[in-house]
Amino acid sequence: MADPRIQHLLRRAGFGASADDLAVFGDLAYGSAVARLVNYESIPDDVDGKIGQPGYVGMTSNGPFSPSTVINDARQRWLFRMLHSARPLQEKMTLFWHNYFATGYTKLAGALQAPNAARVMAAKPSEDPARQQGQLELFRENALGAVSDLLVAVAQDPAMLVWLDGNTNTKTKPQENFGRELMELFTRGVGFYTEDDVYAAARVFTGWNLSADLRTTTGTFRFVYNANAHETSAKTFSFPVYPDGGRTIPARSASSGMQDGLDFIAALASHPETAQRIATRLYAFFVSETAAPPPNFIGRLASVYLQNGTRMRPVIEYLLGSAEFQAPATYFTRYSWPVEFVIRSLKETGWTGFSLGSTLSPLVSMGQQLFEPPDVAGWALGESWFSTGAMLTRMNFASTLAGNQKFRLATAAAEAKESPLALVNYMLSRLTTSDVRGEVYNDLIAYASGVSAWTGSAAQLQAKAPGLAHLILGSAEYQFL
Amino acid sequence: MITRREFVKGGIAAFTVSFAAPAFLTDLARAQGSASRNLVVLNLSGGNDGLSLLVPYTDPFYYSRRPTLAIPAGSVLQIGSDTSGKAQGLHPKLTGLREIFNQGRLAVIQRAGYQNSSRSHFSGTDIWSTGNPPNTQGSGWLGRYLSTLKPLDPLDAWTATADTPHSLQASGVAVASVPSVTGYQFNSPNTGNEAALERAAAANIASHMPVDQPHVAFVGASVQAAMATLQRVSTVAQYRPTVAYPGNGFGQALQAVAGAMVKGIGTRVFFVQTGGFDTHASQDTVSDNGAYVRLMTTLDTGLKDFFDDVKNAGLLGDTLVLSFSEFGRRITENGSRGTDHGAASPMLAMGGLVRGGLYGTAASLNPDPANPTLENAGGDIHFETDFRSVYAKVIDNWLGGDSAGILGGNFRKAGLDFV
Repeated sequence: MADPRIQHLLRRAGFGASADDLAVFGDLAYGSAVARLVNYESIPDDVDGKIGQPGYVGMTSNGPFSPSTVINDARQRWLFRMLHSARPLQEKMTLFWHNYFATGYTKLAGALQAPNAARVMAAKPSEDPARQQGQLELFRENALGAVSDLLVAVAQDPAMLVWLDGNTNTKTKPQENFGRELMELFTRGVGFYTEDDVYAAARVFTGWNLSADLRTTTGTFRFVYNANAHETSAKTFSFPVYPDGGRTIPARSASSGMQDGLDFIAALASHPETAQRIATRLYAFFVSETAAPPPNFIGRLASVYLQNGTRMRPVIEYLLGSAEFQAPATYFTRYSWPVEFVIRSLKETGWTGFSLGSTLSPLVSMGQQLFEPPDVAGWALGESWFSTGAMLTRMNFASTLAGNQKFRLATAAAEAKESPLALVNYMLSRLTTSDVRGEVYNDLIAYASGVSAWTGSAAQLQAKAPGLAHLILGSAEYQFL
Repeated sequence: MITRREFVKGGIAAFTVSFAAPAFLTDLARAQGSASRNLVVLNLSGGNDGLSLLVPYTDPFYYSRRPTLAIPAGSVLQIGSDTSGKAQGLHPKLTGLREIFNQGRLAVIQRAGYQNSSRSHFSGTDIWSTGNPPNTQGSGWLGRYLSTLKPLDPLDAWTATADTPHSLQASGVAVASVPSVTGYQFNSPNTGNEAALERAAAANIASHMPVDQPHVAFVGASVQAAMATLQRVSTVAQYRPTVAYPGNGFGQALQAVAGAMVKGIGTRVFFVQTGGFDTHASQDTVSDNGAYVRLMTTLDTGLKDFFDDVKNAGLLGDTLVLSFSEFGRRITENGSRGTDHGAASPMLAMGGLVRGGLYGTAASLNPDPANPTLENAGGDIHFETDFRSVYAKVIDNWLGGDSAGILGGNFRKAGLDFV
């Protein structure tokens, strides 16, 4: 068994540990494991090349697999990366940003047509005829980059320009949607801006539009600064925009008016309110959802963020190395998101002969369809994932997966065939849960012992091993990271 | 002390409902019958543009401030004038709702909202959910109502959404989340006795509550509630409606609600949501395939089918549908042929015992900053009816609860007698 801290690290900074992952990380010292996760550029980014290879999870596509133009294929490719990437933290942070800058495919499909919407959400430039970069690739590229850069990239991202209507923001009719959410959700937070700030922010981004060619699926979607549409007068805010405390973005000529938005984003990214907000979000994402964020720790995370020019790598490195993160009391205190539950189930149960296509519909019912967050605030997290219907879907996914892996589970469990107790212990060592208490443990043993006398035969293992996998994956204790 | 509810339960079963009875008797008698009553709360999510749903087609400022989005006076479905004499019409696609309005079973409560209306989707939705502005945190108003029911049953509330809406959340209240009736079942990798044993084991495992680990206990309670409701929800899957509901999510959700009512599974409060109302751009209220036109078609076809289906089942008198949205939208259209976040908007109440009609008065859309029916320098519609007054009426007169206790104050409003 690997160091429990390493297992904790892989659940939080990745998507759990398969046997393959443990072979890589199991013998590393904790600090080396953090370094390997955080400095992922040294590890080849070759995961996409493994799609379709033997030994990896399968895909189901309606037609040729085309993750840059078909959204369900893009969903499967991303799940494939979560399951098989040698850079798990990069995928984990990509998921964090996807939820943070939550953008929904359906609105884009209405505006751009489905294949173009998939392109602006998920295309890799290397595979797109116009070298379009999908929003997902933007998040992957900047997964641990500076928030100040990421905010500019997001403000100019074609998907975001459509999603929050920046595309139509002009001086004659300023459009408030992006400016409001930029302050409310992406930086300062609700309560830290006024309605007048919303109007001013809308004017700041007038002319930040989209150059789009919707006629084909090979056209380009690019940010364009439309000087003619920019509102040139000064914009005053209720909070400082400049280091000297100045609250007014000066009147500028139309041709240099794009600087308004750059000034504004640079200011927002490094506001203490933003640092606090991001630190608090990171705490809930990586450390704990059951303990209130300790102000002192949040303050330290915020300081690392501000002292490092809003770069995330030092922040995450500090967080993963902290005593707060490593404390055993934080193990299994994070409610797993549906995609995390699905991927960890696959990593721990097995995936050979399973298709990610079988996860798509259950994920919708569990409440998390990738590229389709409910709104710009992202998914409702924590307890909100666990309505009765969503929990039943998790249990039924566990049943599907356990049934699919029945023979492999039974073969692997043959080493524990001497007794029901041994089988339960084996399954619990493989499927990691929060502390399984005596009563639950006894229920599992009673199930393993039931129906007919124990023989340890192959047929019995083929019933009991998947039965136990179903019960454990579907238990409350398994729903935490 | 005997609460009103206990008193009511205590035995006035002999009363029969009569519209001629004194008001207090009617209230009590109605409350007494409330055990079989259903409330269906409908969330129009995204911020509904009330001026496109309920069109002030005689207000010249409606046309001047909405050069591309105003609906021509000739095509609105006229429903008469409100008490201020202002003529109103429904969106042209709301033909079913107009029919229900003409039958006196649809109430439109104009300018519902609250002071300092939030323009944030999230804070706004939270405030409508807590029923406690400006608080966005804390239990939901429906959850607080449900928590007064004894004994609590995990099927007291049913939501057609995948997550549990804030309105329904309260300590100790389990809510069945049934986004799909057919998916609400317990599967097993085994069959026969093995599967039966597994199902029993799953129920046993969920029955142990680790009190020192409330987060694990919370999820365990969800498993427990799911296991306890499987049988009853499965009966709903057998429901055969009397009308052909639209195939969209909203229509299917309403079909399931009707099924749950007909099968009598005991649910008191249903929550249904339909989205897409955040129409910042290309709102298009007129073209056949316009964004807002599609929203209205979805709303109208779903609600009309539901009304007819429930009526055919003889349950219309036990049914009340109440709609809300987190805010209305700006009066003046934006440069994207859409509308931005605004303030007050209308609520709809539909059902067999609804006293239909137009409640409250319309705003004047004159952008004069001194116009008292507007706010935000004439930009948005100012509320006239506190939404909590609507909730209070529903709690007191329909559900037989105590609105003052549940809403933390007396929000009853004279004249707001839609049910």
